[in-house]
Amino acid sequence: MEALIAVVAGCLVAGAVYLMMARNVLRFIFGLVLISNAANLIIFASGRMTAGAPPLVPKGADAPVGQVANALPQALVLTAIVIGFGLFAFALVLVFRAYTSLGTLDSGEMRVAEPRDDARK
Amino acid sequence: MSWTLALPLVLPFATAVLAYLLRSGPAGRWISVAGSCAQLVAAIVLMVAVLEHGVIAGQMGGWYAPFGITLVADYLSAVMVVITAITALAVSVYALGDIDERKEDLGYHGLFNVLIAGVTGSFLTGDLFNLYVWFEVMLIASFGLLILGGSRAQIDGGIKYVTLNLVSTIVFLSGIGLLYGMTGTLNMADLAVTVDGLENQGLLTVVAMMFMVAFGVKAAVFPLFFWLPASYHTPAFSVSAVFAGLLTKVGVYALIRTFTLIFDGDIGYTHQILLWVAAFTMVTGVLGAAAQGDFRKILSFHIVSQIGYMILGLALFTPLALVGAVFYLVHHIVVKANLFLIAGVAQRLTGSTDLYRIGGLYKSAPLLAVLFFIPAFSLAGFPPLSGFWAKFILVRASLEVQGWLIAGIALAVGLLTIFSMTKIWAEAFWKAHPEGIEPKLSALDPWTRATLLMPIGFLATFTIVIGFFPEPFVQFAEISAAQLLDSTAYIEAVLGPVTE
Repeated sequence: MEALIAVVAGCLVAGAVYLMMARNVLRFIFGLVLISNAANLIIFASGRMTAGAPPLVPKGADAPVGQVANALPQALVLTAIVIGFGLFAFALVLVFRAYTSLGTLDSGEMRVAEPRDDARK
Repeated sequence: MSWTLALPLVLPFATAVLAYLLRSGPAGRWISVAGSCAQLVAAIVLMVAVLEHGVIAGQMGGWYAPFGITLVADYLSAVMVVITAITALAVSVYALGDIDERKEDLGYHGLFNVLIAGVTGSFLTGDLFNLYVWFEVMLIASFGLLILGGSRAQIDGGIKYVTLNLVSTIVFLSGIGLLYGMTGTLNMADLAVTVDGLENQGLLTVVAMMFMVAFGVKAAVFPLFFWLPASYHTPAFSVSAVFAGLLTKVGVYALIRTFTLIFDGDIGYTHQILLWVAAFTMVTGVLGAAAQGDFRKILSFHIVSQIGYMILGLALFTPLALVGAVFYLVHHIVVKANLFLIAGVAQRLTGSTDLYRIGGLYKSAPLLAVLFFIPAFSLAGFPPLSGFWAKFILVRASLEVQGWLIAGIALAVGLLTIFSMTKIWAEAFWKAHPEGIEPKLSALDPWTRATLLMPIGFLATFTIVIGFFPEPFVQFAEISAAQLLDSTAYIEAVLGPVTE
């Protein structure tokens, strides 16, 4: 199971890096989504996979009985997903704003803040 | 004890909420100033507690370490929290005159205080995942502040800032995942104990490199700094001052913290890389600055160059070098924020930050010239200003370990810094204004003038005080360096007898 997740995470990173190499900012943002999901999978997998044993505390007991899945990475992943979602929403709006006000999605042509002929006009 | 630690976090959040709710009137900006004052008091209370007890730790929500979220303050954390509060106070007063009503209405004061909360949280947390969360709090607030107003240049700079910082965040998060997989804990003190017993030290070095890259982007070191000069000259002056003072220093702090506490097993490898990084950061930053012709762009490249000095202190990893790094951090935050504030006043008086289109400030605004002179030449390392002592300690630390080359680089970079500062001096202050304007401070209305100049004077005074009385600051830095090198007190404060 861990091996499968590791391969999936690797594929996600590979796809993400390919997308992020593009000059198109929108593709870059999509790459960012993929790679952040890969990071989430890494956290999830590093808590070790325990199938079919939810970390629930039975009635009357103080702690879960027997071998159960590690709940902490799941909590971490949930937090990371929520934060990642917020940041992605922001980045998407920013890219849209960039497209409307700069008229391009090509990062090589975004030179308003750093004009080419910088030194002496 | 918990409240002493939590208050510097609670206050800015409370201020942020109030300032945001009352943003459409003049009340918002005053709440921001009052909140910053309260924050400074809370920070000083924390500092006093740390001076009394050494390292203090508190477990939030009554969950004991290593399971709950721990807040820790040692000397380094405490001084960073205090200096953050000082910068925040100066900038929030400056914002009274700098930020227009439109930006206030968009929520400037709310975002500003969230940013301060994020920065303070990063300095105080004792848990790696919690550090990630504080980074995100800081990031999202900084995104908002950076593009507030929405000019084309801001959107352009914002794209580069946002994308590269998000990449660093993800590398950080993956590193956290892998580290947890190896050790089963994310509490920094617990990690410091656990990592020594790991079988696979090689894998630990791999994770250490992930952290180095992630924090390196935040700290803007070579070759990961390109987002900084692309964006820092675009937002409002208050915003770039607080960014310049604090944000990259959070990255440097995180590097110092993790590479003294957790990743100190393979110093020969990791700190050797850091040494090269430091050298290249110093050189590329200062050369980049020499090529620029804009007030704020020159200053932005100098942030990069100065970060190199702090990394140098960490890379040498001797007690004296760490003293230098801590001293440099404190000195640099004050000086750099101040220079950006001065750039704001210069722009108001002359109409631009493009050095070739402005001038005449020395003749018609001598007060501003004096105020510029202090931080600028402190940055370049002129005795007896604060930057001289910072550079002196670091160069001496390099010489002590026979690092002739790195000491030479540090000195040469200092020299080139003077070149950039004299360039600003010659163009903006010395030569006459090309359009014949005589920029006078009296052109500003008295209220704006007072709010803009007061924080600048305050920070300049602070620079002079550090410069003329460096002794207590050096002593403080010595203790904090000793705490960084010997983490026993830190670990005991967190994992030992728990303080409620």
